[in-house]
Amino acid sequence: MSNITLSLAEIVGEKYVSNKEEEAYFYARDPGLMPAHKPDYVVVPETVEEVQKIVRLASKKKIPVVPMGAGMSLTGLVIPLKGGIVIDMKRMNKVLEVHEKARYVIVEGGTSHGLLKAYLEKNYPRLRHSIPDSPATATIAANVMIHGQGRLTQQYGFNSDMVSGLEVVLPSGEICKIGSCSVSPDWFSKGAPFPDLSGLFLGWFGATGIITKVALKLYPRKRIRDVEIFVTDREDLVPDMVYELTHTEMVEDINIFAQPLPMIFKDNHHITLFITGDTDEELEFKRKMIWHSLDGFIKSKDGGFMSVPPVMKPTLLDMPQQSVSRFADVKKGGGFEYSGPIIAVEKYAECSRKLMELASQYDLAYSAMARIIGRSHSMMFGFAFTFNRADPDMMERTQKALQEVAEFALAAGGVYWKPTVDEQRMAIERMDPNTRNLMKMIKTSLDPQGIMNPGNWEVH
Amino acid sequence: MYTLEFDENLCKTCPTCDCLVKCQYMDLSVDEAKEEMIKIINGDDSFVLQDCVTCYGCEEYCKRGNHPFYLITERREEKGILTAPRAITKQWINIGEPRGKFKTGDIKKKILSFGFMPELLELTQGRLFDDLMPSYVFGQEFFCNVVYIHFANTSIIKERLPMVIDNFRKLDVEEVVCMHDECYGSFASLAPAYGMEVPFKPIHYFEYLYNRLRELGDEIGPLNIKVAYQRPCSSRLSSEKHHFVADIMQLVGAELVERRYQNENALCCGDVLGMIYGYDLRNDIQKRNIDDMVEHGAGYCVFNCPACQNALAAKVTKRGIRPIHIIDLCRMAIGEK
Ligand SMILES: Cc1cc2nc3c(=O)[nH]c(=O)nc-3n(C[C@H](O)[C@H](O)[C@H](O)COP(=O)(O)OP(=O)(O)OC[C@H]3O[C@@H](n4cnc5c(N)ncnc54)[C@H](O)[C@@H]3O)c2cc1C
Repeated sequence: MSNITLSLAEIVGEKYVSNKEEEAYFYARDPGLMPAHKPDYVVVPETVEEVQKIVRLASKKKIPVVPMGAGMSLTGLVIPLKGGIVIDMKRMNKVLEVHEKARYVIVEGGTSHGLLKAYLEKNYPRLRHSIPDSPATATIAANVMIHGQGRLTQQYGFNSDMVSGLEVVLPSGEICKIGSCSVSPDWFSKGAPFPDLSGLFLGWFGATGIITKVALKLYPRKRIRDVEIFVTDREDLVPDMVYELTHTEMVEDINIFAQPLPMIFKDNHHITLFITGDTDEELEFKRKMIWHSLDGFIKSKDGGFMSVPPVMKPTLLDMPQQSVSRFADVKKGGGFEYSGPIIAVEKYAECSRKLMELASQYDLAYSAMARIIGRSHSMMFGFAFTFNRADPDMMERTQKALQEVAEFALAAGGVYWKPTVDEQRMAIERMDPNTRNLMKMIKTSLDPQGIMNPGNWEVH
Repeated sequence: MYTLEFDENLCKTCPTCDCLVKCQYMDLSVDEAKEEMIKIINGDDSFVLQDCVTCYGCEEYCKRGNHPFYLITERREEKGILTAPRAITKQWINIGEPRGKFKTGDIKKKILSFGFMPELLELTQGRLFDDLMPSYVFGQEFFCNVVYIHFANTSIIKERLPMVIDNFRKLDVEEVVCMHDECYGSFASLAPAYGMEVPFKPIHYFEYLYNRLRELGDEIGPLNIKVAYQRPCSSRLSSEKHHFVADIMQLVGAELVERRYQNENALCCGDVLGMIYGYDLRNDIQKRNIDDMVEHGAGYCVFNCPACQNALAAKVTKRGIRPIHIIDLCRMAIGEK
């Protein structure tokens, strides 16, 4: 064993450290399309103290450190571009405290969305969190780190907007509390009314620190959920429809999808609306308001509510919704990648046309999947392609299509979500120079040695 | 090209104009009804072309053998008057497109046709069907395409229905038991109205069920329940078979409650009307219908069409009424459920 391996083993125990080829193979890649790069060590800590010690060791030896959740962000953000130590956070998976009346939970930095959902359902059936549609193993800390979006995003913004406190291990190895918890035992706010320091970490992909605890806001969980689908063949009208729907303030989540198969979905755009209620009466009242908000489009024959057969409902109501994962295997060979810029809802038609153009140009199976963020404040528009990993030509075509998406998204006024390192570079180049300098100042003051997830958010 | 065989004189000399006078969604006197029908016949504008909700009722109200609803549909299409939002029409046209994914069982001279309703594959089990199953067809290739009259689109019917008929012809079958009203209606009403030759004898599944139950005679244990029957829109295309509902209920010992919205005055499930016209119409129809079932003490709501069942099952259940398909009800009577 090398010295570093021995030192790591002293911190976490021999069982939880590895520099073996087989581990390195897996930790060198994610399920997306980015090229693999092997780590030198993989370590799986269980406590904050262990994380601190690992980071101190890395800092002393100037070894890169890459925190990792479930590795499901798909854009290479957990690939150790410069080798070093991958810190797999999965053992730090406890739900620490639930503050029922204040509606927030504190979890450890490797807790998965699936675990929290199950925990709340069992112990706090009137509370829920904003669950994304990623596989249930995806972690909460990583999801807020990349500004993910979930079921409650239309109502409350990005999942990171729902953070109400953080505990972070800084690149120096010190623990830092962010938000009300820095002065109070209560974790109800990530910043206000003090300066909001959470921005020094959220969105940085672990390049400024490792989250070891997250407090996340919880929301009322109504007893009944239902789903409606409004279909239209007028992509240019989708933003107007979303505007009317969000005006009702009665929809839980708004997703839009368009795809050529199965035939039931061909040629149309589907605005999927989720509604909730504690009673049938409440649900029906909301349904009525929601249907009426789109009456104008029904009258002009530009759209209508389709009949959602009971057999389709469980799939749609599932959380996370597994249809996305199923789409990932349409071409067999399990390849799935999407570029999901955050962009103005008004750009829906432009995005959708671009996706179809690219799919036909590169002969790829595609799906458009958008999620409305806030009351139509923006959306994540997913340009999703599925490919067969055993078909290098198809992989290359997908890569080219995604590259074109990246160029298009920026030109259309979009901002990359969970950008690849190339996209980060493109964004940095385009960024206002003073903002760029500010980012550089933050990064160099927090991580002067550049050991934290190097390659990411590097401003030169 | 197929054209609708419509006898104008029957309308012009009609003393009652029941087609429009009896309409549940428009209020017309006999004179007004005649005036509007003549306008429609002449290809002139008529508010009926705008206001008809596509319940199919007039096909039954007309006792003179004309096809008022098919004519309304033709005229709407000629004038480009859309009933449904375009996206809904497209969706249905896409769903029905033959894709070579049909299923056939062990085909005999007499077969069951499930059209393109997967629920029917599940329903047709047990002794009621054991003399025919697995002689069946299922899939878009055998889908009757009648639903497009809701969407004022007869072109697609004229294009696809002959192909469907041809697919049956290729199977060399003599009798087709249609497991859905639309299927029966397409071969017994729509195809003849457009001069399409049907090379087999369509049999309504009610008739088949009735005869099978009689064969199983002794095995029927009276159900002693009170039921409301949910009549589907498409049953208006085969109103001459509607009496089998009462006949079957009598055989299985189920009491059909006498209610306001029954027989000619029945209300449809409202599902397609919601897709076309929105919340209020759908909600109004469904509410009046279910209230009526409850008021008249129905313990079961008996469905004929799986789509009606999809639309109303949860809603009647919430009002304390058990939803059941007529086939399951018959199976219950012979102790299979
Ligand atoms: C089928 C499918 C559907 C998806 N749907 C959604 C969706 O609906 N909404 C959505 O938001 N996302 C979605 N995603 C994307 C992604 O899976 C999620 O955002 C997920 O939450 C990422 O979590 P993870 O644990 O897999 O992150 P990882 O990929 O492990 O990590 C993401 C980033 O966070 C950093 N990081 C990880 N843990 C820490 C930590 N403790 N401290 C500091 N940095 C850390 C990593 O270094 C990396 O930069 C989907 C993905 C797939 C495959």
